[in-house]
Amino acid sequence: MREAIARKVRELPPSGIRKFFDIASEREGVLSLGVGEPDFDTPWHIRDEGIYTLEKGRTFYTSNAGLKELRAEICRYVGRKYHAEYQLDEVLVTVGGSEAIDLAMRVLLEPGDEVLIPQPSFVSYEPCAVLAGGVSRIIELKEENQFRLTKEELLAHVTDQSKLLVLPFPNNPTGAVMTKEDLEEIAQVIQEKDLYVLSDEIYAELTYEGTHVSIASLPGMKERTILLNGFSKAFAMTGWRLGYACGPKEIIEQMTKVHQFAIMCAPTNSQYAAVEALRNGDDDVEEMRAAYNGRRRYLMHRFGEMGLPCFEPYGAFYAFPSVKKFGMTSEEFALQLLEKENVAVVPGSAFGRCGEGYLRISYAYSLEDLKEALARLEHFVQTFGKGVKTCRI
Amino acid sequence: MREEILTFLEKNSRIDLGELAVILGTDEATVVGEIAAMEQEKIICGYHTLIDWDKASTERITALIEVRVTPQRGQGFDSIAERIYNYPEVRSVYLISGGYDLLVILEGKTLQEVSRFVSDKLSTLESVLSTATHFILKKYKDHGTIFAKKQKDERMLMTP
Repeated sequence: MREAIARKVRELPPSGIRKFFDIASEREGVLSLGVGEPDFDTPWHIRDEGIYTLEKGRTFYTSNAGLKELRAEICRYVGRKYHAEYQLDEVLVTVGGSEAIDLAMRVLLEPGDEVLIPQPSFVSYEPCAVLAGGVSRIIELKEENQFRLTKEELLAHVTDQSKLLVLPFPNNPTGAVMTKEDLEEIAQVIQEKDLYVLSDEIYAELTYEGTHVSIASLPGMKERTILLNGFSKAFAMTGWRLGYACGPKEIIEQMTKVHQFAIMCAPTNSQYAAVEALRNGDDDVEEMRAAYNGRRRYLMHRFGEMGLPCFEPYGAFYAFPSVKKFGMTSEEFALQLLEKENVAVVPGSAFGRCGEGYLRISYAYSLEDLKEALARLEHFVQTFGKGVKTCRI
Repeated sequence: MREEILTFLEKNSRIDLGELAVILGTDEATVVGEIAAMEQEKIICGYHTLIDWDKASTERITALIEVRVTPQRGQGFDSIAERIYNYPEVRSVYLISGGYDLLVILEGKTLQEVSRFVSDKLSTLESVLSTATHFILKKYKDHGTIFAKKQKDERMLMTP
């Protein structure tokens, strides 16, 4: 028989998290710090709206681009929060932010077009770019720059083939954020080099110093930016699978076309619940952010106590401590930690080669759980820290 | 800062104050100082423990009693409320808007004990016009805490 699987897919490496997940799942009593979703339940009034919608029998397709009411709420929300003004026909409701990543790549890329992807970052950008026929060009971000993308780094990687820049801030896995000044610097390069931007702002609400600034709000940027956001992180709605893209009408129109053929529309039930989230969810978001921020401070304090170096993250719900001094790869470290202390973390290398030497630690856990897991981590670090010293002597 | 401290203490008054300081991004002395000041000012009125008495297999009966009263000239409801809240078996007294005036929460060991209180002490007060007693059959949630089993974390161990 001939080869069933297309080469493009065959050659796509599996997610680095998968392998680790399989090992961790085999074990009993694992405390995980490896989860990339909120520990909070979706606020009750939002769930209630979902239930009510089902009771009312609102179980049909919506328009391809998404419910009009929802798109109107999204326009209002993005306007009031991030000062980016969009009209109804500049918004597409998608199945999670992930679908929007895929759509944007498929709509923008010609075969051979380069996609500039800063790493460490979310695992989907590179595969989506490759599947869409693009070529990924990785920009390795550095801890000395607090894992922000600098103008110099961008300039060093951009070529004549570069078409799209992925801008993943606040960042998963590092927790890095870009300030307005940082964005202004790179916006200049983006315009000079005539790039488009896929700005993945799914963690925008989870910013702990100042407020999040969207690159779409900078002068001259809206027309070359696809702003991506969603309900998963801000409203603790991961399982509802709902995100959205805002952008220039011509691009959104084409993304809607692909979405129409591939997906039809995002889940109706989730869309109604999301309307409720945007109308009456500000207090919930604020409460969750305050809780994450407290945990973030606690986590950093504990890293300090156990001598684990970590730059201070100001966004998302991850910290990215360095384990370079232990003389192990991040995967070895994570494996040992799992075996010795039954704590699961994600090795930084799962988010790109330059994540090597780091761990992603999620603080989407209750303080009690964090405390226990960190006590185990501390025990591990201290045991190993001693080992390292002995070896050197 | 005070509101944040109170929010945490309300949920867990036994929280380690050093930890609380870290969480709030301040130092322990500030937290200790604020708490002491709020105790002085009677903003913090006490530290209680939320107990599921059913599980402790101790006999306890809780009743909610709606009380209609005649307010007294110059004193309103305060003096009759005081008469009532001075009984040690009375746990809470609230002035209520709507169909009745005072909501009294009473705790006793047996049904008889509670009934006796209502018929002998409460109803016989001169300004009390009527009472309606409701016995609590089961507590599902109290002080924002659900008395059922702690739910397991259903998230997958690891997600990107």
